[in-house]
Amino acid sequence: MSICRSLTLLLIALVCLLSLPATAQENDPGKALLINLAEAPASKVEEAVNAIVSSGDERARGWLEAYGNNRLSRVKDTGQVVLVLNNRGRDWEIADPLTGENMGEMSRRELDRVAINNTIRGQLEGILAMLDLNAPDPKVREASAQDMMGKVDASLVEPLEAQLVQEDNAGVRDRIALALAIYRVGEGNVEAVDVLAGSLHPRARAALNEAARSDNQELAASATRALESIEQKLKLNRAAETLYFGLSLGSVLVLAAIGLAITFGVMGVINMAHGELIMLGAYTTWGMQQLFPGQPGLALILSIPAGFMVAATAGIIIERSVIQYLKGRPLETLLATFGISLILQQLVRTVISPQNRTVVTPEWMSGSLVINDALSLTLNRLYVLAFALIVFAGLMLIMRKTRLGLEVRAVTQNRAMARSMGIRATRVDIMTFALGSGVAGLAGVALSQLTNVGPNLGQNYIIDSFMVVVFGGVGNLWGTLIAGLSLGTINQLLEPWAGAVLAKIIVLVFIILFIQKRPKGLFPQKGRAAEG
Amino acid sequence: MECGTADAVAPVRFMTNCTLKPKTEPKTQLKKRTHNMSLKKHVKLGLSALALSISFNSVAAEDPIKVGILHSLSGTMAISETVLKDTVEMLIEQQNAKGGVLGRQMEAVVVDPASNWPLFAEKARELLAQEKVDVIFGNWTSVSRKSVLPVVEELNGLLFYPVQYEGEESSENVFYTGAAPNQQAIPAVNYLMNEIGVERWVLAGTDYVYPRTTNKILETYLMDMGVAKEDIMINYTPFGHSDWQNIVSDIKRFGSAGKKTAVVSTINGDANVPFYRELGNQGIAASDIPVVAFSVGEQELSGIDTAPLVGHLAAWNYFMSVDNDANYDFIDQWIEHTGNEQAVTNDPMEAHYIGFNMYVEAVKKAGTTDVDAVKDAIIGVTVPNLTGGYAAMMPNHHITKPVLIGEIQDNGQFSVVWETPSLVAGDAWSDYLPGSRDMIADWRKPMFCGTFNTATGTCGASAGEMAAADE
Repeated sequence: MSICRSLTLLLIALVCLLSLPATAQENDPGKALLINLAEAPASKVEEAVNAIVSSGDERARGWLEAYGNNRLSRVKDTGQVVLVLNNRGRDWEIADPLTGENMGEMSRRELDRVAINNTIRGQLEGILAMLDLNAPDPKVREASAQDMMGKVDASLVEPLEAQLVQEDNAGVRDRIALALAIYRVGEGNVEAVDVLAGSLHPRARAALNEAARSDNQELAASATRALESIEQKLKLNRAAETLYFGLSLGSVLVLAAIGLAITFGVMGVINMAHGELIMLGAYTTWGMQQLFPGQPGLALILSIPAGFMVAATAGIIIERSVIQYLKGRPLETLLATFGISLILQQLVRTVISPQNRTVVTPEWMSGSLVINDALSLTLNRLYVLAFALIVFAGLMLIMRKTRLGLEVRAVTQNRAMARSMGIRATRVDIMTFALGSGVAGLAGVALSQLTNVGPNLGQNYIIDSFMVVVFGGVGNLWGTLIAGLSLGTINQLLEPWAGAVLAKIIVLVFIILFIQKRPKGLFPQKGRAAEG
Repeated sequence: MECGTADAVAPVRFMTNCTLKPKTEPKTQLKKRTHNMSLKKHVKLGLSALALSISFNSVAAEDPIKVGILHSLSGTMAISETVLKDTVEMLIEQQNAKGGVLGRQMEAVVVDPASNWPLFAEKARELLAQEKVDVIFGNWTSVSRKSVLPVVEELNGLLFYPVQYEGEESSENVFYTGAAPNQQAIPAVNYLMNEIGVERWVLAGTDYVYPRTTNKILETYLMDMGVAKEDIMINYTPFGHSDWQNIVSDIKRFGSAGKKTAVVSTINGDANVPFYRELGNQGIAASDIPVVAFSVGEQELSGIDTAPLVGHLAAWNYFMSVDNDANYDFIDQWIEHTGNEQAVTNDPMEAHYIGFNMYVEAVKKAGTTDVDAVKDAIIGVTVPNLTGGYAAMMPNHHITKPVLIGEIQDNGQFSVVWETPSLVAGDAWSDYLPGSRDMIADWRKPMFCGTFNTATGTCGASAGEMAAADE
C-alpha cells in the first residue's frame, strides 16, 4: 500500500511537473472537493467527507488525515485550501494539498482553520480504517478492523460484509464480524448477541449493556444472559489487572527507594537530597533528548549510563563537601542534606526553568501489550517494572559478588576493624555513596517516563522512599524489594475501594502500626551489625 | 524609605522632606506626622500649581498611580503567577506610552508572596498601608484570595482577581475577572450533554476547595437535568498524583456501560500529564471518552508532550488560538515584551487585560483614583476583550464572558469547536447549591450588599468576615 501510494504520488508529481501548474490546478477535481469540505456547515461535513472518499482520489487519505489532525486551513484572502505542515509559532509552513508543493511560510493571521470536532473525527477514523482494510499487511488490517469497533454505521455495513467474504485472515475476520455484530445489536438484532457473548471487548459489553436495557424483551433477555457469561471472565481479568497495577506501583517505589537502601540502609546516612538525585537523573533524560532531537528512544537508552554518572558525580560532591564532616551526627546530616535538596531544586529552577520539561515517550514504550480485550498491560510501566528488577539484580550482584560489596559490608559492620585490615574506608564511603546516588539517577531516568520532570519531582518521592526502606528493614536490599512491591500492591488493592487519598493514608497508618510492633522492619538485620 | 513612601509624592520633594525630618525623631513623631502631611499637601498643591502655571512637564510633577502586583514569583505557584506579573507590567508600560491616565503615569509596585497563603495577607497589607497603592492585581489560588480578603476590606483597597474560581463569594473590594462556575463548568457540561450526547459522567478532581465546590454544583445540576445517581462517578486525588492506573481503568469500565461517557476534569496542574498519558496508554481516545478540563491551559500544555492529549477538550473564556486581530496584536506585544518567540498567552492573562482596562476606564469616568469613587464608577464599564466581544462589569463585581470549548491540538494550542451564542454574566452565588440559591450580590446603592438573601430580605456578613471566620 505504502509503495503504491508513494508511486502514485511520484506519478502525480511528474504529471504536475510536465503540465503547466496553473491549468493542472484549475482542472483538478480535488480543488472543488476540498473547497466543498472547507465551506460545509457542520451538518454537511459528513457529506463532503464522503464525497472525497467516493471520488477515489489517491490523495484523499492524505487530505482526510490532515483534516483530522487540524492541518487543513484556508487562506483568508484567496480562499485557497492549504495543508499546514508546521503549526507552531506565529508563522506557519504551508503546502499545496493538490501538488504537495511547499508554499513557504504564512502568518497565522492569514489562515482560517477548517473546523473539525470529535464527532466528525470519530467518523473519520472509521472511514480511514475502512480504507486501511485493503492494506496488504494483515496486521494493519487487523488494527483497522479493531478501530472499526463501535464506529460502524449504516453506510459501512455493505462494504464491510463484502470485506468479510473476501478476507482470508481469521483474526481480521473475527474483528470485522465483531464490529458488525456490535452495530447489529445496536439495531436490535437478537442473533448478533451470540457473536458478542464471548467477547471481552469494552465496546461489545457497552452494546450488550445497552441492549439489556432495551424494550425488546427477547433482546434484553439474551443480552443479559450474554453479560452474565462475560462477567465471570471479567472478574478474573480485573484481579490480574489490579495485581499488575500493584506490582507496577511497587516497582516505582522500589526504584525510588533502592538507592536510599544503600546510602541510608547500608551506610546509615539520612540523605534528604535523595529525591533531588532522582530529579537529576530525570533531567539528564531530558537533556539527552535535547541532544538527540527526533530520536527519543536512543536518547532514553543513552540516558541510563548518563543519568547514573550525573547523579553519582553529584553524590560524590555532596559526600566530599558535606556528609563526610558530619559522620555519626544524624540530626545535622538530616538538616544539611535537606539544605542541599533545596539548593539543588533552586539550581534547576534558575538554570533550566521553573516549568516542567517535556520528556517524550519513545514509540516502543507507548501503548499497551494486549493480552485480551479486557486485559492490556501498559508498556511504559511494563518496561519500568523490568528495569526495576534488573537494577535490583545488578545491585545484589555488586553487594554480594564484588570486592566493593565485600568492603562495603566490612566497613559498615566494623569500621575500625576493616581499616586495620587494610581497607581504605574513606574510599569505600565515597564509592558506596556514589553507587546509591547513581541508582537514584537511574530511578529518575525511569520516572521521567511516568511522571512530570520538574524541580519538585524529588519531593514527591522522598517520603515514599524512606517509608519503603524503613518498612523493609534498614540495611536489607531484599527487604526493600519485598516492601516496595507489597506496599504498591496494598495501595492499589485499597484504591478502588477507598479512593486515592484515603488509600495512601491507610497505608501510612498501617506502616506506623507495623513499626510499633516490629521496629526493625520486615527483615531486621541480625547479628552484631544490628547493634553497631 | 519610611518618609518617602508614607506619602508617595514626586521624587524631588520627598528627598527634601526626608532631609528636613530628623532621622532620630523622638516619640512625638506620630503627632507631628499629621501636621507634616497637611503641610506636604500644601506644598504639593503649590508645586503643582506652579508647575501648571509655567506649563513645565505637569505629568512628571503629578503623583504616579500606584498599581500593586500581588503574584507569587517563587514557590509552587510561580509557574502560573509569574506571567501574570509580567502581563500587568506590560499593560502599565503600554498605558504610560499612551500618556497614562488622567495625565498621570502608572507605576508598578511588585511584591512576592512566595506561594505562601498567610504571606499574601501580609503583603497585601504592606501594599495598601505602606505603599498606599491605588489598586492591586493579584492572587491565583482561592485560598490565597480568602487570606487577602479581610485585609482589602479592612483597608478599603481594590483587588482584581483574574482566575476561574468556585464562586460563592462577592466582596465590595474585589473584582472577579476570571470565570465563575456558570461561565465555565455549566456551559461545558451543556455542550457535552447537547452536542456530544453524553449520558454518563465522571467528575474527577484534585482534592481541594475549587474542585469540591465545582463538582458539588455540577452534581446537583446534572441530577436536576435528570441524570441518575449511578451515572455519576466522583473521584478525588491528591495534588501531584502520578499513579493513575486504577482510576483510568475504573473510568474505562464505567464507560463501557453502553452510554456515552465523558470525564469532567478539575484535576489541577501537572498531575494532568500522567493522567492523560495513562489514558493514551490504556487506549482511551478522545473520540471514545472525551475529557473536558477546567484547569489545563496553554501555559500548562507548554510543559507537556501533547501527542496523547489531542482531541481532548478544555473550557475557557479565551484561547490563544482565537482568530481575532485584537488577540493577534496582544500576542505580538506579549512576545515582544518577553523576548521569547515561544511565549504563550492564556485565559488569566486575558482576565488581567480586561481588568486593567476596566480599571483605567473607571478611573477616567470617576476622574479620580479615590477607591470609593472608582468602585462606584466601574459598575457598567464595558471594555473590549480579546475574543472579539466586550466585557462589562456587573453589579455583583463579576464580568460578562463568552464561553469557549477548545480541542487540544498537537502544537499545544486549542482549536475552538464550540462557543456560547451570547455572553454569559458571572453568577457570584450558584443556583445549584442549597443555601446559595437565594443569595444575590449587588454593589449598587441602595442594596450595596454581597450576600443579600432574597428569601429573608437580609444582608449577611461580608466576604472578608466570612473568610476570617473560616480561619
